[in-house]
Amino acid sequence: MELAFVIEKFILITVVFALSLVVAMYSTLAERKIAAFLQDRVGPNRAGPGGMFQPLADGAKMFFKEEIIPEQSNKFLFIAGPSLAILTACIGSAVIPWGDTIAIAGRIVDLQVTDINVGILYIFGVVSLGVYGVMIGGWASNNKFSLMGAIRAASQNISYEIPMGLSIIALLLVTNTLSLKEITAQQHGWHWNVWYQPLGFLLFMICSFAETNRTPFDLPECETELVGGYHTEYSSMKLGFYLFAEYINMFISSAVMATLYFGGYNYPGMDWVNNMLGPLWGPLVGVAVLFLKIFAFIFFFMWVRWTVPRFRYDQLMNLGWKVLIPLAIANIVITGIWITISDRI
Amino acid sequence: MESLTNKKKVLQQKPMNFWERLYLPAIFQGMAITFMHMFKKKETIFYPEVKREFSENWRGLHSLKRDEEGRERCTACGLCALACPAEAITMIAAERKKEEAHLYREEKYASVYEINMLRCIFCGLCEEACPKEAIYLDGNIVESNYLRQDFIYGKDKLVEAPFKAS
Repeated sequence: MELAFVIEKFILITVVFALSLVVAMYSTLAERKIAAFLQDRVGPNRAGPGGMFQPLADGAKMFFKEEIIPEQSNKFLFIAGPSLAILTACIGSAVIPWGDTIAIAGRIVDLQVTDINVGILYIFGVVSLGVYGVMIGGWASNNKFSLMGAIRAASQNISYEIPMGLSIIALLLVTNTLSLKEITAQQHGWHWNVWYQPLGFLLFMICSFAETNRTPFDLPECETELVGGYHTEYSSMKLGFYLFAEYINMFISSAVMATLYFGGYNYPGMDWVNNMLGPLWGPLVGVAVLFLKIFAFIFFFMWVRWTVPRFRYDQLMNLGWKVLIPLAIANIVITGIWITISDRI
Repeated sequence: MESLTNKKKVLQQKPMNFWERLYLPAIFQGMAITFMHMFKKKETIFYPEVKREFSENWRGLHSLKRDEEGRERCTACGLCALACPAEAITMIAAERKKEEAHLYREEKYASVYEINMLRCIFCGLCEEACPKEAIYLDGNIVESNYLRQDFIYGKDKLVEAPFKAS
């Protein structure tokens, strides 16, 4: 029993880890392809059929690039920066319920690495940690552009964590639990949280754009003003880690948005499908549905990136503090009133 | 001041109303536009396989011409080198020997004629300067190379192929 449990979790962790890396890897290709399509081009199509091996070629290129550590930099922190960035990007996936429980060979297997009862707080904590990689790397480079990027990353993350947290509070008023497994289970069928929290979802999504440093909030790596922002001094695979961490972050935040607001692995007609396919294949269809939602969100991320120009720094701060936070607070008040009234009736 | 051209347009900047300050309507509008572009015809030309047609007045790789009898027209007068704003052309003149009369049209010819393709800006002034109609920029794109010295094209590459005996 115990050994089987360990093996089961080990396999699950390996699969989730590998999957998030593969998805991030192919997100880089998808980004270039989508950018090309939105601009009437065809994108990379030479490496492999339709450009399928482009990410491998990019990765190999990154590994073979010359590694430069600036003379005046803080060497330990310079290396710690990208390591931390990719570490925090990877551990976020631990609490996401990838699917309902499935039955394999008489065992009930939970498709979630761990169901801690403060799952949302964990996600929130990991997301907040994510900026440390950027900050440390930017500071350790001993370059003014990097430092500017790091400062921007820090202030941007602080500003946007508040409306993000506030929009989650409104969600918690609806769900009454912090466990992601229970939140997902509550959204059975069509009862997705986005119908109850449309404004909260919008705020959460805008904030996750800011937290993952995606356009229109990519001020930390704003290449038109800051050369390369926090990764100006980075080269070789350390730069690759930073860029890769962004894509993993995008994958994880897509998964979180799909789980919190769009029902995770739930979809209308799931009971009928589960009855038809049995306890193994039924939930796996749910997993596929969840990934469909995640890919839709990733596409949305990219679609926005190639449409919207970057905000100016003061616009960013105005939007965060003067628009999003009041809206988030109003959302909490409205949700609270609505829940109180609907409970009484 | 009164406008002379009547094209002046006074820009009026109104403060944004609430709807505009939300940014979202404008963002969705823009996203609809970019989404429509996904289904448009792609403008890409797959270069090595498909090539664009050169225009009528395209100036490409130089070629040193021969006359009707297959003799080199260039007399190494140096006017092309003088005209060249990028100083890409160098040459060494030599006197034609008796037995070389079928190779060179005039008594003087260029024994060495080099164009540095990294310097050349393909302006076509050498073509214009040439009194003997010996040089024309009617070739293709200069090929890529790994070494700078390989971009210095000598007579072996520049002189057009001798006519086939017909």
